[in-house]
Amino acid sequence: MSDKKIATRESYGNALVELGAKYENVVVLDADLAAATKTGVFKKAYPERHINCGIAECNMTGIAAGLSTCGKIPFISSFAMFAAGRNFEQVRNSIGYPRLNVKIGATHAGITVGEDGASHQCNEDIALMRVIPGMVVMNPADDIEAKAAVHAAAAYEGPVYLRFGRAACPVINDRPEYHFEIGKGEVLLTGSDVTIVATGICVGAALSAAEELKAEGISAEVINICTIKPLDEKLIIESARKTGRVVTAEEHSIIGGLGSAVCETLAESGVSAPVYRIGIRDVYGESGSAAALVEKYRLDAKGLYEQVKEFLSK
Amino acid sequence: MNNLLLKKTANEVRKGIVTAVYNAKAGHPGGSLSAADIYTYLYFEEMNIDPANPKKEDRDRFVLSKGHTAPGLYSAMAHRGFFPVSDLTTLRKLGSNLQGHPSMQYVPGIDMSSGSLGQGVSVAAGMALAGQMDNAGYRVYTLVGDGEIQEGQIWEAAMFAGHKKLDNLVVIVDNNGLQIDGPVDEVCSPYPIDKKFEAFHFHVINIDAHDFDAIRAAFAQARQTKGKPTCIIAKSIKGKGVSFMEGQCAWHGTAPNDEQYEIAIKDLEEISKKLAEA
Repeated sequence: MSDKKIATRESYGNALVELGAKYENVVVLDADLAAATKTGVFKKAYPERHINCGIAECNMTGIAAGLSTCGKIPFISSFAMFAAGRNFEQVRNSIGYPRLNVKIGATHAGITVGEDGASHQCNEDIALMRVIPGMVVMNPADDIEAKAAVHAAAAYEGPVYLRFGRAACPVINDRPEYHFEIGKGEVLLTGSDVTIVATGICVGAALSAAEELKAEGISAEVINICTIKPLDEKLIIESARKTGRVVTAEEHSIIGGLGSAVCETLAESGVSAPVYRIGIRDVYGESGSAAALVEKYRLDAKGLYEQVKEFLSK
Repeated sequence: MNNLLLKKTANEVRKGIVTAVYNAKAGHPGGSLSAADIYTYLYFEEMNIDPANPKKEDRDRFVLSKGHTAPGLYSAMAHRGFFPVSDLTTLRKLGSNLQGHPSMQYVPGIDMSSGSLGQGVSVAAGMALAGQMDNAGYRVYTLVGDGEIQEGQIWEAAMFAGHKKLDNLVVIVDNNGLQIDGPVDEVCSPYPIDKKFEAFHFHVINIDAHDFDAIRAAFAQARQTKGKPTCIIAKSIKGKGVSFMEGQCAWHGTAPNDEQYEIAIKDLEEISKKLAEA
């Protein structure tokens, strides 16, 4: 893990500029939040391909659907609360059902929205998007993965939900052999006592927690899951079979997100492994700094470390 | 196509609607019949389409925003040659391409899946915007219900289309005045519809939805209108053509029974006979 920190919403904007050069049919839509979703850089580079729809996310979703039927690759950008929440039915019926080639770039996901508080902290979006048939759901862990996911989304034909954060997070995938593929998880650290399946900002925290656990003689395997749907079931089942105990970690409700997906997979796999889900435990968030919130809601390295220990001592 | 031929075709489209809904034992005849003349004009006269090449790039696009009136769309498309008219009797049945609401995944020639009200104008505006960006010559048409425009997204889309000056977009309001729970102005009045669209920078044309001269003139005017989208408010009769369905709320989403079907077909045959003598 390097000391470099960058918010994945920044990565989203930067990757869109790269896409703009690569694909002349990529268009970016915003709902008056271009400054916050970081698509402003795309707007600057390709003003004729940036469409501001005003504060009307549902319309933006339909506009994108229409554009996609005419050969464009639209990326619609808003906060996760609106992109997945307000928009759920539009995404389901105008994008998902006709299986249109629209990419949903949802920034400001989870509690690290921070000071704006619970109204803007979407801890439900993965659940909402995961249940839509055919929707690919990706939650990148850092700058490198976020950019790779945006490129992969553009190359993929079909609807994709991309989840990005507001707060800067450490770069963990900065290595020459890094390779990204939709639907592929990655074992970042091999271990034998417990598997930590993490996504998004919790991946970096899981790696730090694993180091502390190691110092106490606990060998944790850390798996990074960027693509929550389709889930890399094989990787998770194999690891669970090996370690026999699984912890999931996500900046999302423990209901319907990665934790649920892992439980569903393991329950049908025949592997008997208890699971503990770390995440937002069926509550709303609140105002505070991102750092204070991840500490309170136990999503930082310390929170993960403690919860893994509690789980293993049961 | 001259008006007489359009009238004859529309009457055949109406027979197809009634037959489809009768065989399905479910569906929405009222709003399909009210828009039958509009469907006929779009598919037989106005739109640049080719049933043999339903995805041709320069085709005009149609989005049925009021997706529950799919029987009308299906019947017009079948009569235009997109698929056999005999398929209409499979409407809403398991295994049929003719889903209860239109699906572009099932029927080549359907440009957008719809059914959930309020979303079609956005999609049509997106298509029109793509045409504007690419300087493509195609035009985009969308049909909405007068009850449907109670949905807020319609006005988000109208604001966007007006703002973007999408003069290749035509929104047609099927103003039959009735929705499931009663007259639109009693349920939650959308009136004045024309002033609302005007306020959103549309060129607005009020017509009689069953007068082909008026329909022809309106679409011609829409083509000549530059710098703004057009809204055609088509004052129609719900259930038009079937005596006992006309102006009746109850026929919004009900299928005729055997006896009613016979009367309906008889009504439409009468019209055929008169048109043959005309």
